[in-house]
Amino acid sequence: MIARLFNFHGGVKPDAHKNESANAPIQPAPMPSRLVVPLRQSTRATARCIVSPGQHVLKGERIGDPEGTLGTAVHAPTSGTVVEFGLHPLAHPSGLNTRCVVIEPDGEDRWVERHPFDYHTATREQALAQLRDCGIVGLGGATFPSHVKLGRGSGIDTLILNGAECEPWITCDDRLMRERAADILAGASILRELIGARRLVVGIEDNKPEAIAAMQAAAGGIEGDVAVVAVPSLYPAGGEKQLIRVLTGVEIPYGKLGAEFGVQCFNVGTAHAVYRALAHGEPLISRVLTLTGNVSRPGNYEVLIGTPISHLLALCAPKPDTDRTLMGGPMMGFALPRLDVPVVKGTNCIISASPTLFPPPQPEQPCIRCGECARACPAELQPFELYWFSRALNFGKAQEYNLFDCIECGCCSYVCPSHIPLVDYYRFAKSEIWAREREKSAADQARDRFEFRNYRQEREKEEKAAKLAAKAAETRAKMADKGAAEEAPANADADPKKALIAAALARAKAQKEAAPVRNTEALSPETEKEIAEIDARRIKAALIDPATPAGDTPSERSPESTS
Amino acid sequence: MIHSPYIRKPASVQRVMLNVLLALTPGIAAYVWQIGAGILVNLAIASVTAVAAEVLMLSLRRRPVMLAATDLSAIVTAWLIALAFPSIVPWWLTVFAVLVAIVAVKHLYGGLGQNPFNPAMAAYCTMIVAYPSLMSQWPAAGTVSFDTQLQLILGGLREIDAVTGATALDALRTGLRGDANVGTLLQTAPFGLFGGRGWEWIAGGYLLGGLFLLLTRTITWHLPTGFLAGLALTSGVLWLFHPDQFASPMFHLASGGAMLAAFFIVTDPVSGATTPRGKLIFAAGIGLIAYLIRAFGAYPEGIAFAVLLMNICVPLIDMKTQPAVFGHRGGRQS
Repeated sequence: MIARLFNFHGGVKPDAHKNESANAPIQPAPMPSRLVVPLRQSTRATARCIVSPGQHVLKGERIGDPEGTLGTAVHAPTSGTVVEFGLHPLAHPSGLNTRCVVIEPDGEDRWVERHPFDYHTATREQALAQLRDCGIVGLGGATFPSHVKLGRGSGIDTLILNGAECEPWITCDDRLMRERAADILAGASILRELIGARRLVVGIEDNKPEAIAAMQAAAGGIEGDVAVVAVPSLYPAGGEKQLIRVLTGVEIPYGKLGAEFGVQCFNVGTAHAVYRALAHGEPLISRVLTLTGNVSRPGNYEVLIGTPISHLLALCAPKPDTDRTLMGGPMMGFALPRLDVPVVKGTNCIISASPTLFPPPQPEQPCIRCGECARACPAELQPFELYWFSRALNFGKAQEYNLFDCIECGCCSYVCPSHIPLVDYYRFAKSEIWAREREKSAADQARDRFEFRNYRQEREKEEKAAKLAAKAAETRAKMADKGAAEEAPANADADPKKALIAAALARAKAQKEAAPVRNTEALSPETEKEIAEIDARRIKAALIDPATPAGDTPSERSPESTS
Repeated sequence: MIHSPYIRKPASVQRVMLNVLLALTPGIAAYVWQIGAGILVNLAIASVTAVAAEVLMLSLRRRPVMLAATDLSAIVTAWLIALAFPSIVPWWLTVFAVLVAIVAVKHLYGGLGQNPFNPAMAAYCTMIVAYPSLMSQWPAAGTVSFDTQLQLILGGLREIDAVTGATALDALRTGLRGDANVGTLLQTAPFGLFGGRGWEWIAGGYLLGGLFLLLTRTITWHLPTGFLAGLALTSGVLWLFHPDQFASPMFHLASGGAMLAAFFIVTDPVSGATTPRGKLIFAAGIGLIAYLIRAFGAYPEGIAFAVLLMNICVPLIDMKTQPAVFGHRGGRQS
């Protein structure tokens, strides 16, 4: 059991606006006429398309193979015909295109054959592969592949289930916990088993008493150490690091994983998807999301991945003064640049925004260093310092003041009396730093290549010289065998240059020696002695002569001269 | 394109400044009650000058005038100058001081949020150096009629000795130099229950306003606590050893500008330290230096100089007192 809760620094209490949609049960959204399924469904990984236009697919049939370590499979959300494989805009602030499979539903919604996965008998690797092949990613919004998160964990003591849902307006996790508590906890206990955790803690903000009650009731059916804990409603209590801090007191620094501290955290929706994937063999092809804001009929819907947002908006009927549509919550979400984009696995909420509900920001005033932002910052940064540094393009200093610990929760911008869009400054600074690092790494690569080229040329040169020296030594050895190498300098083998000279001399001598042998046969010892004396004189003359092979070019281009 | 967050807390610079002005009103009320309504005239002169100077400088700097001129920050500076100065200084001295604060100390350094020095205190220091006699003529409590005050402010009448009395700090200082001891001095006219007679009520008014600022979270406890503790501790140490030579911490807290400084002057966010530990160091430093000037310096009151001296140290203090970031505590991180 949880003995006590911990606080995290800062945080804000914006109006929750949960009542608008919290009492609307989850309904299946009607089938759209076309589903645009992006192949990019997890962070930094795009699946490889394995279907072609014209092909008929069943519901849950795989249409994209996982690629790379962070890849997960992508599936057809319903049965129908693949009509296109091409680029379509993604639900992203940039509105960039991504590869999508467009499916025209046949209306039958016929499932592919499904097999429950017996994770008790399977190895851990097989279970993780099953999750990957079912396309399970974090449904809290980050869409981080669950099998990777599980695979990294060892020595995990506590598995935390994140049902905090701290962002205003969003109620999809609330409804999911109220309606499918048993499934969520079944998924959580699978996760706990896969990760080898001892205890399971579910953290839910105390503004969701029905969800807490439902989860507590369902927790009775789960073996082992399970606790459903109400945490104070304080944004961003649902931030992974903040929730871990509240429930365990452990602080996970930037760049570290919970696994290193014996804690791992999953969203309740993810646990639910894990349960469907393992107990029913169903891939992740739909999710629950909230339609709310300036609408006539707010609600929570089970939506197929790939459903266009515009199709969903028809369900909730935005009021006429709606001027923007937000994806995600108002604190961390973004305004959709266009509405024909599809729902992806990270889409938890669509908010119709009006100037009344979300007034345009007031004009920016100068920072007066009042420190409100520092008091609100859950990462315990000094946001105004980061603002000054980012504004002055002093990115090094911003990094020194831990810019990258910023989780972009928006608390600082929320409280700023000068209405400075602080988070925008940090996003700008981070992207500038990333761009510079990329530039630097490109330059590093070019330099590495250049240096390697120099090194290679040098190495080849040395190899050539070594080969020559070896050859010389060999020749000298031969001479020594013949007992005619006595004139060679004693320190010849210490200096490659001298070795070369010696080798050349030896070669010349050998030639000279060879020559008379061919022409003179059966000489008398006297004649031989005479010839030897002449030869010796010749060699002596050759040693003094500067025109001997001493000035060989390779030795002049010594390694020092090029480095 | 507007980015998240799409919701904002209803807060503004105007609101912050308005809170400060509201918090000053109990002190001003006590001022009017104890000393006279002359302070209101000075507040008005200072406010008008400040807004005019603000508008002038903003247009010279080609900045949007309306938003910045209505942020009330110039009014706060003006009020602090009027309250820190003797309330019977001639009008031109107030105007001059406000111009120094707004034009030189604030806008020449880049306007709101950019000034390294507290504008009101820089103006105070300039004036006390330039016009030492005018700056040390304080009206004694309940002795100067509003008419006389008005005439003193607007010019003409300058028969100073007839209407002014030494302030408590000044009397103490002069008295101690003349071989009197603290105990007998405190029985004389300028002294009240804790500090200067009449003035201690004003200090109480500032304290009340300061509590309002704390409750509305306009300021944090660090700065007033640091300053008052710095002043009380240093005066307390000397008082314990030589109670005849040095006044009690209580006297020092209730006299001069201590309360005004604790809640309204050292709390200036722009020119002060910002980290929790830094705030304590910054404010305690002001308390310490202010006391040293009071006890051993050439001026009866030393807060203004202390503030400027500590303003200089702010970048260093902030740099050296950066709090640990989430997850980087306890040496777990290299």
